[in-house]
Amino acid sequence: MIEQVSDPLPQAGYAKVVLELDVNNHPGVMSHICNLFARRAFNVEGILCMPVSDGRRSRIWLLVFDDQRLEQMVRQLEKLEDVLNVRRHGAEHEVFERLEGFFH
Amino acid sequence: MMQMTGAQLMVRLLERQGVRTVAGIPGGAILPFYDALSGSEHIHHVLARHEQGAGFIAQGMARVSGVPQVCIASSGPGATNLVTAIADACLDSIPMVVITGQVPQAMIGTDAFQEVDIYGITVPITKHNFLVRSAQELLEVVPEAFRIAMSGRPGPVLIDVPKDVQNQLVTVAEFPAPAVADPAPQLDLEAVELAAKMINEAERPVLYLGGGVVASGAAPLAVQLAEQAGLPTTMTLMALGAMPMDHPLSIGMLGMHGARYTNFVLEEADVLVCVGARFDDRAIGRAAQFCPNAKIVHIDIDRSELHKIKSAHVAIHANVKCALEALLPRVQATLRKRWLSHVDSLKTRFPMQFPGQDDPRTHYGLIHAVAAALDDRAIVATDVGQHQMWVAQAYPFRRARQWLTSGGLGTMGFGLPTAIGAALAEPDRTVVCFTGDGSFKMNIQELATLAEEGLNVKIVLMNNNALGLVYQQQTLFYGQRLFASKYRTEPDFVKIAEGFGVAAVDLDLADNPRAALAEALHRPGPCLIHVTIDREQFVYPMVPPGAANTEMIGG
Ligand SMILES: Cc1ncc(C[n+]2csc(CCOP(=O)(O)OP(=O)(O)O)c2C)c(N)n1
Ligand SMILES: [Mg+2]
Repeated sequence: MIEQVSDPLPQAGYAKVVLELDVNNHPGVMSHICNLFARRAFNVEGILCMPVSDGRRSRIWLLVFDDQRLEQMVRQLEKLEDVLNVRRHGAEHEVFERLEGFFH
Repeated sequence: MMQMTGAQLMVRLLERQGVRTVAGIPGGAILPFYDALSGSEHIHHVLARHEQGAGFIAQGMARVSGVPQVCIASSGPGATNLVTAIADACLDSIPMVVITGQVPQAMIGTDAFQEVDIYGITVPITKHNFLVRSAQELLEVVPEAFRIAMSGRPGPVLIDVPKDVQNQLVTVAEFPAPAVADPAPQLDLEAVELAAKMINEAERPVLYLGGGVVASGAAPLAVQLAEQAGLPTTMTLMALGAMPMDHPLSIGMLGMHGARYTNFVLEEADVLVCVGARFDDRAIGRAAQFCPNAKIVHIDIDRSELHKIKSAHVAIHANVKCALEALLPRVQATLRKRWLSHVDSLKTRFPMQFPGQDDPRTHYGLIHAVAAALDDRAIVATDVGQHQMWVAQAYPFRRARQWLTSGGLGTMGFGLPTAIGAALAEPDRTVVCFTGDGSFKMNIQELATLAEEGLNVKIVLMNNNALGLVYQQQTLFYGQRLFASKYRTEPDFVKIAEGFGVAAVDLDLADNPRAALAEALHRPGPCLIHVTIDREQFVYPMVPPGAANTEMIGG
């Protein structure tokens, strides 16, 4: 039997985008989000998470490739109970650029 | 002000939510909850014989009632035994609330006895899950779990409760209101107008119904739409019963084991109206070649399903029922004679064939004989394999929620416990479980639960002493190298059933199998009906793996 095996999805060559998520702040949130990406072999280039205001919410920044699956990923993210909203920024967004200094 | 333990609070919250029957198995980490449950005057606990059985019993109740149902397990192995039933509920969008005990918080992360990270394990197979950190939190978490399970696209929600949280005292000023489902999303009326226009202008439209139609209670509206607009209507495995099989507009089930004519009709469609379905690979075959000439209208409550597999020309994110209500007054009444007569001619030329249907000792004949002995009130559950596909093809389903099958996960062992759940939810109906000898052995221990509850479940065992569907695949696609698909020994199923206290009838030995069958089906209480069937019979027609739906073999 020939199973339906899809081609591996190349990610190089795509522009990058920054996703900004507002989420509930509790210990399980990161595993819900990372699971989505890992399962679909959708590479997350960068991730940053910090609590905001009174600590009941966190903000998560994700640096990802803008490939044809991004729309589906965003919709999956929006389905998560703990994800309150998702905003999209271009790669020029400075949040990851400013962090660069710590990686050299 | 009331003071109580977390466990007592959980029981009160379940009672207030309207939960009346739960299924589970106790163990150390869930014992405080069981102790509290023993004091409930409202909740009947069904003691399953394996946690997977408990999970499917809850599913059976949920599938026939449409309301979230509860199963319970202890920590560690109890919780992991539920995993398959949870994944199954997730893929078929069945509302369920799963409660597991957990080791005390102070011991979490120490590899304590029967500690397993069921929260982590179930992240990808639940709609949402909780690890409760204090008894106070239960006031929020329990109603939230029910709200999430039943809102939007339904699904399973897990609540993991450490033992110390169950024992913790909590002061309750006021109970939270029982959960209700979220309101449906705002309907995009412009998109509805566009969809109506596409249907009105179509020459060869087809209506494609999925499980969402059943879940949202929209089956009558879907039938009305079909009748008004003259739409030949196909159903996915999950939607069988949404339109009566013998309705003149029904073109039956599509996909891998659908009729040839059904797939040919779809091939010619110029507009495909997909309602509450998700373009699953078993339904559409090779995606690029599915409905190659059709513009697509896609209505679904789950926004991530829109444009996922096929991009839609009009995508409507909506509760299916609301969308159909809005669509109906905008769709012209049409007889659509030319297209429908063409559909009829395809049906005549490439019909579904049921060889042997007059002989109750053949697979189709047996299914026909069961259907003939029952009326539309009966509920039909199946296991997974050839027998499941034959029932899907041949049983005359005529109402939504009449048909319970494991569609997305295809779980062997689903049938018996799900049938038990269905009978618990609707004790006045006859529940038939078509099973295979392989699947039956996967949850056969639930015969004990069935006998104990004395439910009206009739198990029709189609015994080919083989993993028939595997045998078929090896025969057709692996050069007839039959390996690990035939059993070398055969248990005496009649004795097994009787050993569990369930009556049994062997149609192999009956002089008049049709009469013996009817008699067994009509006698109240549980019964196993055993029939030997021919292992060399395959499910046809069939779309070979990787092929387009029009490239069927056999039948
Ligand atoms: C839990 C589980 N394990 C394995 C499979 C793969 N599988 C699909 S059908 C099948 C054979 C089912 O045998 P039986 O229940 O006797 O049904 P039959 O095909 O013979 O009618 C197997 C092994 C499955 N679907 N579920
Ligand atoms: Mg078998």
